[in-house]
Amino acid sequence: MNDATQNRRRAIDVVNASLKKRYAREARFRRIGLGAVVLGLVFVSVLFFDIVSKGYTAFVQTHIELEVFFDPAVIDPEGKRDMQEIARADFRKLVREPLRALFPEVKKRNEKRALDGMLSGGAPYQLLDMVRSDPSLIGQRRTIDLIADDDIDMLVKGHIDRNAPPSDRRVNDQVIGWVDTLTEQGRVKRKFNSGFFVNGDSREPELAGIGGAVAGSFYTLLVTLVLSFPIGVAAAVYLEEFAPKNRWTDLIEVNINNLAAVPSIVFGLLGLAMFINLFGLPRSAPLVGGLVLTLMTLPTIIIAARAALKSVPPSIREAALGVGASKMQTVFHHVVPLAMPGMLTGTIIGMAQALGETAPLLMIGMVAFIVDVPGGPLDPSTVLPVQVYLWADSPERAFVERTSAAIIVLLAFLIAMNTFAVIMRRRFERRW
Amino acid sequence: MQTPILILVLLGLMAFAFHLGKTRSLATVGGRTGIRQLHSLPAYYGFYTALWAGLPALLIAGVWLFFESSVITSMVVAGLPAELRDQPPAQLGLLVNDITNLANGNIVSRAVDDQLRAAADHMNALRGIGKTALTAVALCIALGAGALAWRTIGPRMRARNRVEAIVNALLIISSLIAILTTVGIVLSVLFESFQFFHKIPLTDFLFGLEWSPQIALRADQVGASGAFGAVPLFTGTLLISVIALMVAVPIGLMSAIYLADYASPRLRSYAKPVLEVLAGVPTVVYGFFAALTLAPAIRGAGEAMGLSVSSESALAAGLVMGVMIIPFVSSLSDDVINAVPQSLRDASYALGATRSETIRQVILPAALPGIMGGILLAASRAIGETMIVVMAAGLSANMTINPLDSVTTVTVQIVTLLVGDQEFDSAKTLAAFALGLLLFIVTLGLNIVALHIVRKYREQYE
Amino acid sequence: MTTAESAASEAELPVPKAGVSIGSRPLDDDFKTVGNVRVNDARMSCTDVNVFYGEKHAIKHVDLDIGKNQVIAMIGPSGCGKSTFLRCLNRMNDTIDVCRVSGAIALDGQDIYDKKLDVVPLRAQVGMVFQKPNPFPKSIYDNIAYGPRIHGLAASRVELDEIVERSLTKAGLWDEVKDRLDQPGTGLSGGQQQRLCIARTIAVEPEVILMDEPCSALDPIATAKVEELIDELRENYTIAIVTHSMQQAARVSQRTAYFHLGHLVEVGETTEIFTNPRHKLTEDYITGRFG
Repeated sequence: MNDATQNRRRAIDVVNASLKKRYAREARFRRIGLGAVVLGLVFVSVLFFDIVSKGYTAFVQTHIELEVFFDPAVIDPEGKRDMQEIARADFRKLVREPLRALFPEVKKRNEKRALDGMLSGGAPYQLLDMVRSDPSLIGQRRTIDLIADDDIDMLVKGHIDRNAPPSDRRVNDQVIGWVDTLTEQGRVKRKFNSGFFVNGDSREPELAGIGGAVAGSFYTLLVTLVLSFPIGVAAAVYLEEFAPKNRWTDLIEVNINNLAAVPSIVFGLLGLAMFINLFGLPRSAPLVGGLVLTLMTLPTIIIAARAALKSVPPSIREAALGVGASKMQTVFHHVVPLAMPGMLTGTIIGMAQALGETAPLLMIGMVAFIVDVPGGPLDPSTVLPVQVYLWADSPERAFVERTSAAIIVLLAFLIAMNTFAVIMRRRFERRW
Repeated sequence: MQTPILILVLLGLMAFAFHLGKTRSLATVGGRTGIRQLHSLPAYYGFYTALWAGLPALLIAGVWLFFESSVITSMVVAGLPAELRDQPPAQLGLLVNDITNLANGNIVSRAVDDQLRAAADHMNALRGIGKTALTAVALCIALGAGALAWRTIGPRMRARNRVEAIVNALLIISSLIAILTTVGIVLSVLFESFQFFHKIPLTDFLFGLEWSPQIALRADQVGASGAFGAVPLFTGTLLISVIALMVAVPIGLMSAIYLADYASPRLRSYAKPVLEVLAGVPTVVYGFFAALTLAPAIRGAGEAMGLSVSSESALAAGLVMGVMIIPFVSSLSDDVINAVPQSLRDASYALGATRSETIRQVILPAALPGIMGGILLAASRAIGETMIVVMAAGLSANMTINPLDSVTTVTVQIVTLLVGDQEFDSAKTLAAFALGLLLFIVTLGLNIVALHIVRKYREQYE
Repeated sequence: MTTAESAASEAELPVPKAGVSIGSRPLDDDFKTVGNVRVNDARMSCTDVNVFYGEKHAIKHVDLDIGKNQVIAMIGPSGCGKSTFLRCLNRMNDTIDVCRVSGAIALDGQDIYDKKLDVVPLRAQVGMVFQKPNPFPKSIYDNIAYGPRIHGLAASRVELDEIVERSLTKAGLWDEVKDRLDQPGTGLSGGQQQRLCIARTIAVEPEVILMDEPCSALDPIATAKVEELIDELRENYTIAIVTHSMQQAARVSQRTAYFHLGHLVEVGETTEIFTNPRHKLTEDYITGRFG
């Protein structure tokens, strides 16, 4: 028995004594880690829940059912059936008439205005469109669901607090009374809001839709895809397969990695200075937006494509060279097809990122108020995230709902694209 | 001929040239039976002819089209009467816009007089001439080059090599586009910034304490202080970024540690992708959430506690930005933590250390450079972020460290200065470019340092 | 009868076909180890130990005692399970998810696989040195001090300094590094790093030191130094060493255990094993017929 054993005995005791505190610290550490993960998951859920709960009501639009008389005296007094003249007819009168007929007690001017205001400013155009597609309606009576104004829409959906003091709400008690009466009569209908998906932007929330923005996004992404995929793949092929390993290619590689991390707004400045100012391309056009987004997405695609090319084993290349193929034939006939799934996955992910970009497109002017749905890459338009940004500024409660719904659509596209990329990766990627 | 049609015609010519080249190559060796005498496959001769027919013509057409509008504009301006030509640039620009609109058949902002109409007609005439000339030139070049190439076809001609050389050149050009982008960014931003620094001295900009970018439209306009000191913007950016990092770093790092070392593989396979989702949500969505849900909530909570909270508080923007950055920190930390070799973990466990002791005293110090790199990248992302702050932070250039106040950042000001109707060379718009230059330099610096650290760290363990 | 046939009938093993290595033939499940598995003064004692990696039965029914203040060498061809068995002794196999251990292993009479037993003090009592030296990327001082620090073995900086000096001295490294204690441990040569790792293990005052092929990554001079060290350490510590070099086993150990495809075939005094092995497999391995 000696020093060593005594030391050892002491050591064991000390170790055992320290255990309680150490295990307490271990448990605490572990709990903090788990807490962090849970917190992250909570953030995701809160974000999604907030957006969805605000937006899902936008997919339904309130209509008011009224008996409309297509009075030929108003629409087409001369009976010429000239569509251009008919377009100038006062359809508002036809719209107001049945409503006023339902509430004959309304006499005062401002009350009448409030009554008329229950219908959307677009209701007359509903009638015009119906007459245009079916002129035989002139002279007939029909029961039509006319679009309600956004305040009524909000009221019906329960977003307006009836118990708040009248000065705090947008609808006064009289209007609420009318709406209740109409509801009892069964005239208040909630229909699927197809206009939301088809219409362009509008100042009136009940008429505003994402159709223009979606078309704009489509054209922009089309331009981006057509430009960035070939250039990105070509650059990656060159850098990975052909380029000599020297300082210049190192520089290019560092350059690409850095470009991937440059803030998006700087690309917007580039687009503004070069494409719009120097080259004189039209502002707000998906073409310019696509060009800017191409420059932004190129680094992502190049990096993903290089990784895909790198993963093809050298044995394939050697085998091809061994039967006498030239370097370029090896690359294009063998390596690139094998790496294609990875490259496509990277491209889809790049496109998904491009779809969500807002800041650079603001810089090149895709932020104007554009009502028409664009027909091609050169028509002025906006994109979906920019539309969200524009609507977010509007004070009407109905726009909050619509903005959230637009976000839901945007997120749906993104989820679809990313899921597609993941599925493709799982199905086609080989493990060498 | 309209541009898209011209391009289609050229493409058609290329296809035709391909066919011609291929048949000629076979013809020179007496048909298919002689194919072995050809140096390359007939298809390559076809490609060669097609490329020569198409590429020069497309190239010329591209260059022509890019510069067409500016050239025509200057020609039209040169054709204007002297008094219109000598207007200040702002007025001249508006005039040119009107002429263009009239020529296109759009609405014009001023009364249409003879001079305007003459100028518009001039423009349309020039455009017509331009289009015809372009068509002629392009088709001539296509036919000429194609014919020349066609004539050189013979069995000894190494078509494959030549085609591959052309393809090689195309590949190189594609790679250069990446470099050209950076060069383009730097040049365009620098150019405009230099113009800015002509008007406002650099020291005023970098060290000035007041930011209110008004430019007097008239000499005696009230409210035109025109101060361009960017320091309040820096403090605003820093405040929001610091708040964001204070949220993202602890949560990101601890969740990376938990998922790497404590979590079961099942939990890890579910939780990791969900956290990655935070990185994929568009920033405009975060901005919306911050502006419409979080900021009012903070305001309400603050007022309940008796504090005065701005409705566009830096706290709201910073918190949401922090949430957005969490995946950046956690993903990179996860990578570096997993890269620490198992042998170090074994050594620590064999000495009787608990898991948290191993992580805190062995793994984290070993992984620290990589984690620092990740944090720097996250910081760079926070500084360059635009939409969240545009929607949730304010416009008032406040120099404060109180997170409950409203501040503005560099990116917000860039957007505000440019999304409006300024002519292109007023000091306001140029200021945006100067800010952009600054932003680019700072984020580039952070990125270079961060990537350098991460790469050096990886080499250490591989 | 030929020698092969007579030897085969003696050991009750079938005669191998020509060309088939005898080393690849598995033993029966109810095989009994040849030799004295038990010793009088045992520090650790293993009874019916089985280890499963998923489906694979890696260690089969091993009984073995580890004698106090002795060096026991575990030898055998690659893949026979010696490292796996060694890692059972300080429960390092716990870190591998698919690994399952059954049976009883007792340290000073207490079963270390008891559910209630805390693995942290166990590992302080049974230390391990690995095949490839793995110093922490810290200073030499901090490498040694890490163990005592986390267990709280030193009440003050002075005590810690003493522990560091003592450990480095016992490992034979003090004179070489005493002037550069704050330099990184990874900057030492391979042999020095391994001695550093040994010093690190000693610093927590273990009773048993397990060594998993400690010299296989070292050059001959460093190997010699480490073997010398093992011999010195024997006075105060119990050592179990896994080695693929029979010569090393012969040099450093007092007892030797021969493993073959998961079974403990034979155990006994080192000199006996190497001059007069009792089992055919042991003899074949030692004479170089396989492995």
